[in-house]
Amino acid sequence: MTTGTTTARTYKDYGQPLWRRILVTREAAVIGALILVIVVASFSVRAFAKPITMTYLFLDIAPILLIALPMTLIIITGEIDLSVASIVGLSSVTLGVLHQGGMPIEVAGAIALVVGLVAGAINGFLITVVGLPSLAVTIGTLALYRGLAVGLLGTKAVTEFTEFWTDLAKSKIPGTAIPSVVILIVVIAIIFAVLLHFTAFGRGIYAIGLSPETARFSGVRVERTKFILFMLSGVVSALAGIYYTLRFGSARGDNATGLELSVIAAVLLGGVSIFGGRGALHGVIAGVLLIGTLASALRLANVTSDVINIITGTLLVASVVITSFLAWLRTKRARPGGKRTETLAAAKS
Amino acid sequence: MSNSTEQGAPALELSRIAKAFGAVIALTNGTLALRSGSIHALVGENGAGKSTLVKIIAGLYQRDSGEFLLDGASVDFTSTAQSKAAGIAVIYQEPTLFPDLSVTENIFMGRQPTRSLGRIDRKRMRDEAVGLFKRLGVRIDPDRPTLGLSIADQQLIEIAKAISLDAKVLVMDEPTAALSGVEVDRLFAVARSLRDEGRALLFISHRFDEVFELCDTVTVMRDGAYISTSPIAGTTVDQIVRQMVGRDVSSLFPKTEATIGDAVLVVEGLTQPGEFHDVSFSVRSGEIVALAGLVGAGRSEIARAIFGVDPYKSGAVTINGKRVPKRNPAAAMALGLALVPEDRRKQGLVLDSSVARNATLAIRQSISKLGVFITDRAENTAARVWAGRLEVKTSALDTEAGTLSGGNQQKVVLAKWLATNPSLLIVDEPTRGIDVGTKAEVHRLLSELAGRGMAVLMISSELPEVLGMADRVLVVREGRITADIDRADATAESVMFAATQAEVAS
Amino acid sequence: MRVLGNFVKARETGILLALLIVIVVATVKNPSFLFSSDGFRDLLLTPSILLLLAVGQAIVIITRNVDLSVGSVLGLTAYLTGRLFIDVPGIPIPVVFLAGIVFGGLLGLVNGALVAFAKVPALVITLGTLYAYRGINVLWTGSDRINASDMPKDFLGLGTSSLLYIPWLTIIAIIVLVAAGWFLRTQRAGRELYAIGSDPAAANLYGLKVTQRVLVAFVLSGALAGLAGVLYAARYGTVNSQAGVNLELQAVGAAVIGGVAIFGGSGTVWGAAIGAFLLLTINRALPIVGVQDFWQRAVVGVLIIGAIVLDRVLARRQARKLVEMRDES
Repeated sequence: MTTGTTTARTYKDYGQPLWRRILVTREAAVIGALILVIVVASFSVRAFAKPITMTYLFLDIAPILLIALPMTLIIITGEIDLSVASIVGLSSVTLGVLHQGGMPIEVAGAIALVVGLVAGAINGFLITVVGLPSLAVTIGTLALYRGLAVGLLGTKAVTEFTEFWTDLAKSKIPGTAIPSVVILIVVIAIIFAVLLHFTAFGRGIYAIGLSPETARFSGVRVERTKFILFMLSGVVSALAGIYYTLRFGSARGDNATGLELSVIAAVLLGGVSIFGGRGALHGVIAGVLLIGTLASALRLANVTSDVINIITGTLLVASVVITSFLAWLRTKRARPGGKRTETLAAAKS
Repeated sequence: MSNSTEQGAPALELSRIAKAFGAVIALTNGTLALRSGSIHALVGENGAGKSTLVKIIAGLYQRDSGEFLLDGASVDFTSTAQSKAAGIAVIYQEPTLFPDLSVTENIFMGRQPTRSLGRIDRKRMRDEAVGLFKRLGVRIDPDRPTLGLSIADQQLIEIAKAISLDAKVLVMDEPTAALSGVEVDRLFAVARSLRDEGRALLFISHRFDEVFELCDTVTVMRDGAYISTSPIAGTTVDQIVRQMVGRDVSSLFPKTEATIGDAVLVVEGLTQPGEFHDVSFSVRSGEIVALAGLVGAGRSEIARAIFGVDPYKSGAVTINGKRVPKRNPAAAMALGLALVPEDRRKQGLVLDSSVARNATLAIRQSISKLGVFITDRAENTAARVWAGRLEVKTSALDTEAGTLSGGNQQKVVLAKWLATNPSLLIVDEPTRGIDVGTKAEVHRLLSELAGRGMAVLMISSELPEVLGMADRVLVVREGRITADIDRADATAESVMFAATQAEVAS
Repeated sequence: MRVLGNFVKARETGILLALLIVIVVATVKNPSFLFSSDGFRDLLLTPSILLLLAVGQAIVIITRNVDLSVGSVLGLTAYLTGRLFIDVPGIPIPVVFLAGIVFGGLLGLVNGALVAFAKVPALVITLGTLYAYRGINVLWTGSDRINASDMPKDFLGLGTSSLLYIPWLTIIAIIVLVAAGWFLRTQRAGRELYAIGSDPAAANLYGLKVTQRVLVAFVLSGALAGLAGVLYAARYGTVNSQAGVNLELQAVGAAVIGGVAIFGGSGTVWGAAIGAFLLLTINRALPIVGVQDFWQRAVVGVLIIGAIVLDRVLARRQARKLVEMRDES
C-alpha cells in the first residue's frame, strides 16, 4: 500500500510516557511493596537493620531464588513444573551418596547436575513428545524423584563433606555481609533475564504463552522450546540441591520437601500470570525477596515463623485477584475479544 | 410457500439494534422480523454484522440500543439460559457440545427428566432421544460420546435439542458450511418439517442456491446495517449480491498484469488421509493462484500442510527447486514461504502482544544481533517500516494488537509476513471480516506484490474476490483439485460447478 | 450383559485389578497381610481418610479445577475437633462431626468464591489458601498438641474399632463414596459438573449455572476434607499443627490414578476411591514383597505417570475408533 495516500504515517514507539510504563506495572507494585517492608521493618524491628539479617536472608532464600528463574519461563509458556523440589532432593542425595563413596565434590556435583538435567528431560519428554499435561506429569515426577531420593538414602543422612565446599556455601563476599552464593545467583539470573527478555528465544516463550497456535504458525518451535525449559529447570534445581546440601552440610532424601509451592507462590506473586504470556524476571526476584524479607522481619519480631504462611498465601491470593480484577476492567473498556474474554467469544467467532 | 410470510405478527422482531465493542462498531442497525411457519434467510458479507445479531438473539451479547420483541413483548436477555427459556434455539456453525458426555446427555443437559429424589430418569431420557432422532429421520447412537462425531451429526444433535426444548424460534448460523450434499439435503428436510410445524426459522448462509431452495424471505445486511427484506419469489441472486456488496464489484479488484515467470512452488501428490488426496499444482512467480471451493473442502488444510504446520502422509513440496521439509514451519520460512492464516485472531496474531512484537515475530531471529540478541529498539525499527508500508492505523507501536480493528489487525499480519521477504505468499481468506476500504487495500497490495514477482497462493470463499484477483483458479472439492481454470475462462458458473459438481448431480 | 460389558471396559476396572493383584501378591508372600484381623483391618482402615479427600478432589477436578488446600483444611478441622472436646466438655460427638463438616465447607466456600467470582485459576487460589489455612492453623495451635486423653473414648473408638470386622472409619468413607457417586450419576447438578469440566465455554452457552456449580464443588471438597479432619483426630488421637501436611498431592494423585482426567469432564469418584486404596495399599505391600518402604513414593510416582500415559493411549484409541465409526456410517 505504498500507493494511494499522500502522507506517510508516523508511529511513536510507546503510547504511554516512560514513568507510566515503569511505575504502573505489576512489577513496580511488588518492588514498591518490598521497599515498604524493608523500610517499615528497619524502623520497627530492632534487629532487622543489621548486616547479619541480610546474610541469613540470602542464605535462606537462595534455593527458591534459583529455582524461581527457570520456573518463571516455564509458567510464561503456560506450563508448570511441580517436580523441582524433588529434583533438589534427588540431586542432594546423588551428591551425598557419591561423595560418601569417595568421589570428590566436584565430580559428584557434576553428576548431580546431569541427574537434574535427565530428570528435567524426562518431564520435557512426557510433556512435549507424549503430549501430557504438565500439571499431571510433574505431580507424578514429584513423587517419583522424591521417591528415588528417599529410596537411595532411606532415613540416613550424609553429613561428611569437604570443609572447603561447605564453608564456601556459607561464606561471604570478602568485606561485605553478602553471601558468596549471591554471585552465583546474580550470574544465573542475568543469563535467564537475557534469555527471556533479550533473545529471539525469549520472544518465542511469550508468544507460546499468549497464543500457542500463533506461535506455531510463526515458526516458533513450541515443543522444543518447552523441552529446553524443562531441562533448564532440572539443571537449576539440581544446582539448588547442591547448594542446599553444602549449606546445611547434610544430604537427605527429604531435603527441601514442599519447596515447589514456595517457588510457584513467589513467581506468581512477582506478577507472572498463571495463564502464561505475562510476567518479568525482575518482578519475580522482587517477589522472592518480598516473601523472604517479610519472613525474616517477622522472625526477628518474634512472631511465630509460620505466620509467614498466612501472609504468603494471602498475598498470593490478593495479588492474583486484584490483577484479575484490573484486567477485567481493562478488557471491559477496551475491546470485545482478547485472551481473557475469549472464552465466550470463542464459542462462536 | 411464501404466503405464510405475509400473515400474523412476527414471532421475533428486532429493530434498529446497535452494538459496539469499545471503539469497534459491530452493528449500527440490526433489523429483522421472523414469522412462525416461515424460513427466513439472512445474508451479507463477512463482517456485515450477522453473527453479532445472532449472538444478541441468543442472549450472549446485550444490545446497546434498539428494540427486541418476542411475540410482541420487549425482552432483555442477559444470558443464554433466558433466551432458551423464551423458546429461542441457536445452532452454530460449529456446534458446542460436551465431548465427554453421551449424545443423550448433551440433548438434555440441565433439564433431564427426573424421577423421585431428583434422580435422572435415564431410560426415559434415552427413549426421548431415540424418539427425537426417529422424528428427524436420522440414525445416531444415543449412548456414544459426542467426541468424534461429524459436524453434520453434531448439528442434528443441536436440532434435536431445539425440538426437545420446543423452541419457537430456531436460528441456524451457516449450518451447511461444513456439510456434504447428502447431509445438506437431510438438514433441509428437517428444516422444512420444522417450518411446517409452525416454527420460525432463521437461516444464515453464503450459498445462494441454498437460500433460494429453502427460504421464504430474505434479509440483506451490509456493514452492520439492515439493507432490505424481500420475499424470495420476488428477488434474484443478482439483486441480492448487489445489495450485499453495495458497489460496483469490478472496481474492487485492481488486478494489474504481471509478467509470469518460473515456477516457485511445486506441490506433487500431497496426501493426508481424511483431509486431501493427491494434490498437485504449481505457482509461478508473478502469478496469483486462487484455491477456490466450499468451506471444508480441504483448502486450508492443504495450505497448512505445505507450510508445515500440519502433517501430510505422502507427496512433496518444493520451493525454488528446494525440498520443503515436513512439519517444520521454521524451515519453510527460511526457504521463503509465508502463510497468512485463516483465523487471524488465533493463528495470525498474538492479540495481547504489541503491534511491534507481532510485526516482528516471524523475523525475530533475523533482526537479532548474532541471530540471538534482540531489543525493543530493533523490533520498533523493523515494525515501523512495515507498519508504515501497510499503513496500519495506530498511534504507537506498543499498542496491543487485539485493540485494533479487524482490517488493521490483518494489515499487521500481512506486515509480519511481508517482513520475511517471502518468495511465495499464501493468504488464507485474506479479507474475511474486514471493512470495505481495507479490503480494497489488501487487493491492491496482493496485485502489487505479484507485479514485483512474488508468487501468491490465495484461498478465498468469496467468488468475486477469486474471479477478480486470480490469474488461475484451482477448485478444491472434498480434498481433491477438481479443476484448473485460467483467468479468461473463470466465471462464477464454471468455478461453482467444479466446487459443487457432486451435489448438483445428486 | 451390557452392564458386564461396561464393567470390563471401564477405566476403573483396570485400577481395581491392579489393586487386587497387589493384595494377592502381598498375601501370597505373607498371608497375614490379608488373613489376620489386624491385616484385614489395616487394609481397609489406612486408605479411608485419603479416600474422603480423593472423592472431594475428584468432584473438583471433574469441573476442570483443582483443590490444593485439602491438606490444610484437614489440619484445621482436626485441631478444631480436639479443641471442641477440650473447651466444651461433654459436647455430643455428632455435633463435633457437624462442626468439622461445616467448618471445612466454609473453608471450601472461600476457595470456591475466589475461583468462581474472581475467575482466577483454582491452582493459584488453592495454593494460596493452602498456605493461608496452614498458617492460621499454626497461629491457632502454636506448639499446642491435642492428645488422645483430651478426647472421649467413644470418639477415639470410631477411629479404630470395627463393626463386623469393618472399621467404622471405612464404613463412613464408603457411605460418603456411595452418596457422592450417586449424586454425580443421578442428579442434574452432578451431571452439570461433568458438562462444565468437559467444555466450560459450551456450559456457558447452554446457560448452565457454572459459577454456582463450581462453588458447590469446592464446598463439597472442603466439607469432605473437614470430615476427614474429624476422622483424622479420631484415628490418630494426637493432632498438632502439622496434621495433613502434603496430603493434597496424594489426593490429586489418587484421583488421577483412578482415571479422573486432570482437565475435567470425565472420571468417577469410584475410580478416585480405588486410586486412594491402591496408593496406600502399595505402600504397605512393598516391604512385604521385599522392597524397602523407602521406595514407596517412587512407585507412587510411576503409578501416576503410568496412569496418565495409559489414559492418553486409551483416549487416542477411542478417538480413532469413534472417527472410524463415523467414516463407516
